Amino acid sequence: MKEPVVSIKNICKAYQKGSETIPVIHDITFDIIDGDFLSLMGPSGSGKTTLLNLIAGIDKPDCGEIIVSGINITRLSESELSRWRAINVGFIFQFYNLIPVLTAFENVELPLLLSPLSKSQRREHVISALRVVDLLDRIDHKPKELSGGQQQRVAIARAIVTDPAIIVADEPTGDLDRKSATDVLNLMTRLNDEFGKTIIMVTHDMRAAKRAKTIKYLDKGYLNDSPANTDL
Amino acid sequence: MKLILLYSLRNLIARRLTTTLTTCGMALVVFVFATVLMLSEGLKQTLVSTGEYNNVVVIRKGSNVDVQSAVEKQKALLIETLPEIAIDEDGNRLFAKEVIVLIVMPKRETKSPANIVIRGIDEKSVRLRPQVRLIEGRLPNFGLNEVIVGKSISERFEGALLGDKLRFAMRDWTVVGIFDAGNRGYNSEIWGDVNQMMQAFKRPVYSSVIFRLKDSKDFDVVKSKIEKDPRISLEAKRETRYYEEQSEMMSKFLKILGLSLTTIFSIGAIIGAMITMYSAVANRQSEIGTLRALGFQKRTVLGAFLFESLLLGVIGGIIGIIMSSFTQYITISTMNWQTFSQLTFSFTLSLEIVIQSMLFAVFMGLIGGMLPAIVASRKNIVSSLRSA
Ligand SMILES: Nc1ncnc2c1ncn2[C@@H]1O[C@H](COP(=O)(O)OP(=O)(O)O)[C@@H](O)[C@H]1O
Ligand SMILES: [Mg+2]
Repeated sequence: MKEPVVSIKNICKAYQKGSETIPVIHDITFDIIDGDFLSLMGPSGSGKTTLLNLIAGIDKPDCGEIIVSGINITRLSESELSRWRAINVGFIFQFYNLIPVLTAFENVELPLLLSPLSKSQRREHVISALRVVDLLDRIDHKPKELSGGQQQRVAIARAIVTDPAIIVADEPTGDLDRKSATDVLNLMTRLNDEFGKTIIMVTHDMRAAKRAKTIKYLDKGYLNDSPANTDL
Repeated sequence: MKLILLYSLRNLIARRLTTTLTTCGMALVVFVFATVLMLSEGLKQTLVSTGEYNNVVVIRKGSNVDVQSAVEKQKALLIETLPEIAIDEDGNRLFAKEVIVLIVMPKRETKSPANIVIRGIDEKSVRLRPQVRLIEGRLPNFGLNEVIVGKSISERFEGALLGDKLRFAMRDWTVVGIFDAGNRGYNSEIWGDVNQMMQAFKRPVYSSVIFRLKDSKDFDVVKSKIEKDPRISLEAKRETRYYEEQSEMMSKFLKILGLSLTTIFSIGAIIGAMITMYSAVANRQSEIGTLRALGFQKRTVLGAFLFESLLLGVIGGIIGIIMSSFTQYITISTMNWQTFSQLTFSFTLSLEIVIQSMLFAVFMGLIGGMLPAIVASRKNIVSSLRSA
């Protein structure tokens, strides 16, 4: 039996909207085993992004604990958490979130600036990450000069370049056409199969979710192993 | 962190229009700032270089300029005997008793009246001022109503060409020579025999005496003799210091005027930079969220935005200084408010002014970018990312 890389214990999260408190996550407990490809599904507003952000350490739960590779990230200070993210988490966003003024190469290099690697070592890592996503011929292009699919592949290269423990992806195919979406999903499957990366992907695209090894469903802040009846 | 600096720079280039407008605003302020300093520097250099370090000017205590000064003949005689005074090759003391009188004469072109300094000179007066070169004619004969005029006087005033006769103090004075002292104050003066001048203007006393020190180190000794001796009790200054003091009031006036002007302008430029940087922060919300998510610390984001506005300042500063350097070709002719004589000088750029202007520009950039950068660094990661 594989060890859990992420262990979530009784977390909850609510947002304050004016005087109103909106509960988003209710008492969720679950483990993600090392090398899993987990898909989080659920209707819009069900708290998928919020849960993903909590696991990725860019948001803090109101209660409960999140332990990633043995580290209780809910106890880390803000700057410790930043440092932790730089090493342990790869991010893939729906709208790619590349830095417009930087080239593909520089975008991929960005997270490595936070590592102790030398310039030539960084270069090596960037090149091999861009090779994985098959964009070596585009390294000097700015995001604007790339298609959506290509931009997302650059973003994937950026997510894997630091060799993080987990990769989080929030609707990575949400903004892509069918062909590009398939490319991106193939790539993510490969990262999981070939490189053994643990991937947590939020999606409401069933085709995307089917690539995952595990599918979990969020509904109104509760996590289920099967879709709620109301869900289509 | 070269890439982060590159990131700031590229963002400035990416929004060319706002960058250009903001830096132009800053450049303008730096331009005003620098030119004011250059003006005051030019004035100072002109006046200071009018003086010789080893020359000592003696005037009445408390009178900053020789126009207001009086040196009685008795006292002048006592000073002349000081052993510290240099002696020339003919065995004469390098010592001169002078009188300064202000007169009004019409300008050649406009006929409008302007003040002119008349300097009654002694045998050694010209010798004591090595910057003064005779460019036409000869030196005046002592005992006659002859004068030599400074180059600017000759160019600007009626009847001041070689051979002309100038009328003042109810006498006619023949212009027998024209002298040039570079851009020094003397160029706006008329020189003639001190005794003739005193008679013509009915002056019983000299305005000042001037002499060369045998040894520069003797200044303090001479000074204390002149100031402490109850029979003399006058004020002695090195000539350089004397002229520097003359420039101070006007320099101060220029500086205060100019700096209050730049302060007002700079507020505009700082607000401009602030608006630019705030909109940059607003436009790059999700970018900031991404950087923070990737693990960049708050202070890195703060630094990147601060650097960006600092660059705005640096670019503005460079443009402003380049613009202001062109003013060096302009020559200003104005009234010396202390002696009420014409004064010619030019904008003078010094390394110190360049440094001060750059610091000022950087300061404007930093102040303008401070709040926006703090706002950027404090942004909540999750809400920044949601703003995409
Ligand atoms: N920063 C926030 N402030 C207030 N409400 C928020 C904030 N972030 C998310 N929410 C609310 O939390 C709920 C879950 O949001 P989210 O996690 O984005 O859902 P999903 O990704 O499943 O669409 C929504 O009702 C949303 O309006
Ligand atoms: Mg979402």
